Amino acid sequence: MAAPLIETRNLKKYFQTPRGLLHAVDDVNLTINEGQTLGIVGESGCGKSTLGRTIMRLVEATDGEVLYEGEDILKYDKKQMKKMHTSMQMIFQDPFTSLNPRLSIGEIIAEPMKVVKNVKGKEAMKQRVHELMDMCGLPQRYYNTYPHELDGGRRQRVGLARALALNPKFIVCDEPVSALDVSIQAQIINLLMDLQDQHGLAYMFITHDLCVVRHISDFIAVMYLGQVVEYAARNELFAHQYHPYTVALLSAIPTPDLSRRNRERHLLQGEVGNPINPEPGCRFASRCKYATEACKAPQQLREITPGHFVRCHMAKS
Amino acid sequence: MEKHLLEIKNLHVQYNTDEAVVHAVNGLSLTLDKGEALGIVGETGAGKSTTALSILKLLPDKVGEITEGSIVYDGIDIIKANNHTMREIRGAKITMIFQDPMSSLNPIMTIGEQIHEVLELHFPKMSAAEKDQKVDEILGLVGIQKTRKNEYPHQFSGGMKQRIGIAMALVAEPELLLADEPTTALDVTIQAQILQLMQELQKKYNTAMILITHDLGVVAEFCEKVAVVYAGEVIEQGTVEEVFTREKNHPYTTGLFNSIPDLTSDVERLIPIPGFMSDPTNLPEGCKFAERCPHCTERCRKEAPKLYEDGGHSIRCFLYETKGGQ
Amino acid sequence: MSKKIKKKTNLSNKSQLGMIVFRFSKNKLAMFGLAVIVILALLCVAAPLYIDYESVYQQSMADRFILPCAEHPLGTDQFGRDLFARIIYGGRISLLAGLVVVAMALVLGIVLGGIAGYYGGRIDNVIMRICDVFMAVPRMLLSMAVVAALGQGTFKMLIALSIAAFPGYARTVRASIMTLRNQEYVEAAKCCGTSSARIIFKHVVPNGLGPVIVSATLGLGGTILAIASLGFLGIGVASPTPEWGTILSENRANIRYYPYLGLVPGMFIAISVMCLNFIGDGLRDALDPRMKN
Repeated sequence: MAAPLIETRNLKKYFQTPRGLLHAVDDVNLTINEGQTLGIVGESGCGKSTLGRTIMRLVEATDGEVLYEGEDILKYDKKQMKKMHTSMQMIFQDPFTSLNPRLSIGEIIAEPMKVVKNVKGKEAMKQRVHELMDMCGLPQRYYNTYPHELDGGRRQRVGLARALALNPKFIVCDEPVSALDVSIQAQIINLLMDLQDQHGLAYMFITHDLCVVRHISDFIAVMYLGQVVEYAARNELFAHQYHPYTVALLSAIPTPDLSRRNRERHLLQGEVGNPINPEPGCRFASRCKYATEACKAPQQLREITPGHFVRCHMAKS
Repeated sequence: MEKHLLEIKNLHVQYNTDEAVVHAVNGLSLTLDKGEALGIVGETGAGKSTTALSILKLLPDKVGEITEGSIVYDGIDIIKANNHTMREIRGAKITMIFQDPMSSLNPIMTIGEQIHEVLELHFPKMSAAEKDQKVDEILGLVGIQKTRKNEYPHQFSGGMKQRIGIAMALVAEPELLLADEPTTALDVTIQAQILQLMQELQKKYNTAMILITHDLGVVAEFCEKVAVVYAGEVIEQGTVEEVFTREKNHPYTTGLFNSIPDLTSDVERLIPIPGFMSDPTNLPEGCKFAERCPHCTERCRKEAPKLYEDGGHSIRCFLYETKGGQ
Repeated sequence: MSKKIKKKTNLSNKSQLGMIVFRFSKNKLAMFGLAVIVILALLCVAAPLYIDYESVYQQSMADRFILPCAEHPLGTDQFGRDLFARIIYGGRISLLAGLVVVAMALVLGIVLGGIAGYYGGRIDNVIMRICDVFMAVPRMLLSMAVVAALGQGTFKMLIALSIAAFPGYARTVRASIMTLRNQEYVEAAKCCGTSSARIIFKHVVPNGLGPVIVSATLGLGGTILAIASLGFLGIGVASPTPEWGTILSENRANIRYYPYLGLVPGMFIAISVMCLNFIGDGLRDALDPRMKN
């Protein structure tokens, strides 16, 4: 079998804080194949954004490997990394801070190509920018406008056009629709899925919204305090949840579906724990109603049924 | 006819900025009875928060202006009420919970002191011991240990701060609670806790509540009535059952439903609402949704539809035109 | 209920600069300040066209202490020199010196503050501690010490004032850069392998300039005041070269009997400083509309 497009091996990112080591990403092993979407779900502070940034090398990993087509890019030097960036890109959450307010839309989309110098000549550049704008559903008349004149949805399209400028194979999407209104959110999700079909892109889709992640992903990883607690193919995960956290997360989501109105809710007590110097045992134990003594031992991600991994010693198929 | 607790009629609010006049609310009407929970759903810029601020007369000075309409609360005309009356209403009869819990808490006072202060303002005759007891009681109700009442806001997490905000809003046992996106800044598991808590307390004190949100799911689970607002107008209102069974909906509401991916059923592709909300500085003449509506006719562009009622369920769309209409 | 006049301005056609100019132009006080400063600056720049340079220095004992009249619009001083000519030529020095000082301090401040803010850590620490040393000494005292060390002279005074002023700009630049360096568009730039220099000068510094421009405008007024103060103390621009503070100093013995000798240069200093402050405030509001109200 060919190597997956992206693979992380025991990836760790710890931050030094005055109160101790913050385990933002702890021993994460994931794979993403070409043209597929891996959804990363979790609440704020679970390390999902840091994971994306570590893969992009916006923050340097503490330990572990990030393999791109089998090669560890964490060992790459600046020059190799620059070349690497043509294959992997990122889009961001906040459509208001992710675009440089001093540059016009045309300039923003052209910027990556100017840096990499892969397009020669002004006319060719302009043509390429127009092509990208078309691809992302941006009318040509926005070429000379500035970001503040656009609303969130259109800004997010600009961010996407910028990411696509270098023809990447892999895009880290960090909560790209969370800041948008639902009707606009749907437009961007559709656009992302269309672009994936047309260009065979692979996504790592980071979000806290389970509905969105279910819609867009092929595989889903649920994160809690820096660790992956459950990982499976989309349909499998929504059919069977083994980790108590995943169960609680699913039942906490309010839906407009009236038939779910009187469902049994698994309300979680307490709040997300502290990721600084965590105890070796299960990090969810303090909120888990099934917690026992055995949960104080370190938990491994185990394969419960083929392709379905859970980090809980109680999970049984 | 029975008297309503709150009655908003034909409310118009505009913001006069340096550059232009923003028409935030354009003829919004609502009624709310005692103990009812009403959800106001809409997207950014639909005029949800402006409506809430108008009820408390907290629109930004000079910039925000109520140009037309009336807000009657329990027989008091809010728009004509003077500052003194408003101070008595705010905090005691109508209270508000904000999206950012930090904005309603004073960072240099302990949370116990802050709740105490609310009581002092509205129950000057209450004895100190009684007030202390009341503070302990409300903290217990929102799930904060009373030993923590001598701590400062920054020592609490976001979810905890929102609990304190709720405690402050409910300690004077108000008749009406305005909650402006109270859980948008919180994680889903915390959101579930907070909403559950609000619902319990609302039932306990028989408080009427207006829950402002962009999340249809939150409304479906925690409210009895819904008003969907678009461009400063109510375009659909009714009970949760009437609106969410999706038998009859305003095209915009249908659009919203189709835009959200579902947790339980598979959809190949979402059906987004095309286009964008019309510019509030330059609103169209006819139906404000016409540009984005799949059922748009010539008439929709020229003539603004009224709210057409069928039972308690009313929809502002010519598709459901009946005789009369409001 | 009041009905306001509805204005229809098409916002979508305005660039960001256009918006700033538009907001600035709505601020009456700032526009007034700008008008006064522009008129003053034009008067000073065009001085040789309508005032004979000779009259600045030409002494005439017969014409001492003439009160303002048609021939001498602002009267004459104790040596019979035309005060109007001296004020206008003095303005050339005062305003120009103010600009030069602020410009030098700005360049130094932007470079040092930019580096400190973007890289942080040890580099930041070293640069900011150097700034702290300069900030710990009062500005006038520092200028006096530099002049005492290097000797008197207009240019030396300018250097002294720039050294005294740059730490303030460095701090402002550093602060705005530190908030900007973690913006998502900077991360996006890093994602395509953009070099640090390009990130600093294309993405970070242009966005952090707003507050610096404001503090420079406000600082210009302060600098003119400082130059005048040094002139007044006799360690700035040396008499007989006209400079507003120096003129004030020259005439201080006679202010008691001829108050206009003190009032006129004092007014010019006060008005120009005040107008620069109006402009600075207006710019701040125009650049950051949230600051308003």
